[in-house]
Amino acid sequence: MKMALKSSPVVFGWLSRLPRSFSTSSALAAKPMTVRDAINSAIDEEMERDEKVFILGEEVAQYDGAYKVTRGLLKKYGDKRVIDTPITESGFTGIAVGAAFAGLRPICEFMTFNFSMQAIDQIINSAAKTFYMSAGQVPCPIVFRGPNGAAAGVAAQHSQCFGAWYSHCPGLKVVMPFSSEDAKGLMKSAIRSQDPVVVLEDEILYGAQFPMSDEALSKDFLLPIGKAKVERAGQHVTLVCAGRATDTALQAANDLAGKGIECEVINLRSIRPLDFPAIAQSVAKTHHLVTVEQGWPQSGIGAEICARIMESPSFFELDAPAWRVTGADVPMPYARSLEALAIPAKQDVVAAVTAVLGNKISAASSQ
Amino acid sequence: MALKAGASVLRLTALRSTAVRLLSTHTRPEVEQNKTKNAEFPGAKAPYVTEMKFLNETSYDPIPIYRVLDNDGSVIEKREEPSIDKDELINMYKTMVQITQLDKILYESQRQGRISFYMTNYGEEGIHIGSAAALDPRDLVFSQYREVGVFLYRGVTVTELINQCYGNHEDSGKGRSMPIHYGDKQRNLVTISSPLGTQIPQAVGAAYALKRQPDNDRCVICYFGDGAASEGDAYAAFNFAATLDCPVILFCRNNGYAISTPTSEQYKGDGIAARGPSLGINTVRVDGTDTLAVYNAVKQAREFAIANNKPVLIEAMSYRVGHHSTSDDSTAYRSVEEIQKWANDESPLLKFKLYLESKGIWSEDAEKATLKESRDRVVRTMQDAEKKKLPHWKEMFEDVYYDMPPRIQKQMQQMGEHLKKYPDKYPLDKFQTD
Repeated sequence: MKMALKSSPVVFGWLSRLPRSFSTSSALAAKPMTVRDAINSAIDEEMERDEKVFILGEEVAQYDGAYKVTRGLLKKYGDKRVIDTPITESGFTGIAVGAAFAGLRPICEFMTFNFSMQAIDQIINSAAKTFYMSAGQVPCPIVFRGPNGAAAGVAAQHSQCFGAWYSHCPGLKVVMPFSSEDAKGLMKSAIRSQDPVVVLEDEILYGAQFPMSDEALSKDFLLPIGKAKVERAGQHVTLVCAGRATDTALQAANDLAGKGIECEVINLRSIRPLDFPAIAQSVAKTHHLVTVEQGWPQSGIGAEICARIMESPSFFELDAPAWRVTGADVPMPYARSLEALAIPAKQDVVAAVTAVLGNKISAASSQ
Repeated sequence: MALKAGASVLRLTALRSTAVRLLSTHTRPEVEQNKTKNAEFPGAKAPYVTEMKFLNETSYDPIPIYRVLDNDGSVIEKREEPSIDKDELINMYKTMVQITQLDKILYESQRQGRISFYMTNYGEEGIHIGSAAALDPRDLVFSQYREVGVFLYRGVTVTELINQCYGNHEDSGKGRSMPIHYGDKQRNLVTISSPLGTQIPQAVGAAYALKRQPDNDRCVICYFGDGAASEGDAYAAFNFAATLDCPVILFCRNNGYAISTPTSEQYKGDGIAARGPSLGINTVRVDGTDTLAVYNAVKQAREFAIANNKPVLIEAMSYRVGHHSTSDDSTAYRSVEEIQKWANDESPLLKFKLYLESKGIWSEDAEKATLKESRDRVVRTMQDAEKKKLPHWKEMFEDVYYDMPPRIQKQMQQMGEHLKKYPDKYPLDKFQTD
């Protein structure tokens, strides 16, 4: 399933792509805002709205966050609600869980989700299960957030997607925003949720600008967790993606449109609950499915979507086997040229769509 | 190239000697001054010394063990005797007896296959009752799993405990946790969580939440064993409690064993208490077989924690007289003589009973009556619990999320249809119905 290694040898350097604005579906009379500022305003508005909301993590206060997502919050809310912690992920995650048990609504920042592995017991065994194991007596409303997925040039231990990991566990909700509107609306819903929510942000997207509608700028802007967004309508093939993979899919859709192929791009927004009806509805129209994600293929988000298609009447809608475009099944290489090849790129998606529409899967999937 | 390099080396050497000259004339007076001054590094304010010496556990005296009662139940220092009224003293002792009877019968019931798991509390009854009596009922309790006495003292009934162990429909946990993982929100007892040590940072976080409330007069107590103290979570929790200034009592039950691992293999150094001062935490070590010593320590710790918003570490020394759990036979790794010595000579029940007798408020008749009453209560409750129906099958799907997502609703509906179609294939009469 390593589309990346079989595709054309054009290398898209990350850095060369960064300054470009990211593809979006609509930009009517909307103000641009970075994803970073969108998350910041979501946290700010919710902290203002509810005294019980507080944020803790390494460097979130004095330093404004390692990625400056919490800029200005310490000044506004003080050190009781914006807390720098010692460097112990299992420790401050446990603190967040305990504070949630006792009635607060913590936002627990991981400097990156790679470090959340040190605290995964607190997330899975305590945060996700306590509401169930206490027979509904003790809710655990926490937001676990931070950058997830591949960054640039930071190698295997700092570049990986945890979407599949966290979405595996019942009791957790998992969202993966793409645009600034996604980031703000999902973050606000996550903070207000009575369940623990894992918000998988993206370091590369933090600085990307997206238009924000007037509605999205409002303090009441919430996006429902568990609902996908059709980023681009099309009738030939359905591309399902989330987070930064949405950008890859939209770029591919642009290219393919030039060849007369109209892709329907579904930005999942939430990985759990998964908006399968949105996928099924689209597949009923296009009869072709390609999933795009940055994580590894085995037991991944694409694997889950394909399995649900198999188990549902949507299977009979398909005119060709579904296809996954994923990260290469290796730890992330450090070398820039290899790194670019290990993450799905536009041409990988174009190749997958071409294979699916040409019903040439068997030829392409020799590996 | 060679020439060039040679020239630059020369230049460098010349530069360096100038620098050294400058440095040496400049620094000498400062060294003189520092002799009498403390160092002021951001990470340590301490005196300088000229003797290089490693420190280890023998550099300090061992942390002493505070006690009030002698083994014969007499008060050693009169001023240390807490003023607890007669009725409460009797209630404390009766609860201790109740623990032993609960343990005895439920342990046997696991052996007979009636419940899947059990853990006894023998040898640690004084810790449970001494600490529980010193707390306010509104203080939040995070326990590990061997603190059933704290639950009983808070007013959780034998019926409620046994319903939990049997997972019947009257279990407030809806039969979702394995036996002995009790929880009671109304009585401020957090549901017990199995993974070791995870409750310690959570307790600190809850204490942080309490501290934020205006005019806070509550604290959190967190129980954990000597084995759990080796988990990274324990260190993290201690450090966070100290740095975040949280009103939490970190209560270590050092009972000598973590399943089969003795403390001599669990840690080097002077126990868990020694870790407190090193992290800036007020610390005391008490005799955990002495109920009154535990009571005094927790009472003062509670006052200190709330008044100062600071943690306190208590290490209560005791001996786990029973096996670790029903999955363990401890005679494989320790002698029966060793167990007997602690069970008889250092019994917290015996010491407390002798104390009550010395005060003239307990008698052999009262002892016999209490024993019978607590035993009968357990047997009767157990028989009732077995007859009660199991929770409704729908409960399996509830409370995964605050609002049930469509996918789970669908599964519940499918199961309903399935059961309707094949009612005779399932023991549905054992479960609650709509």
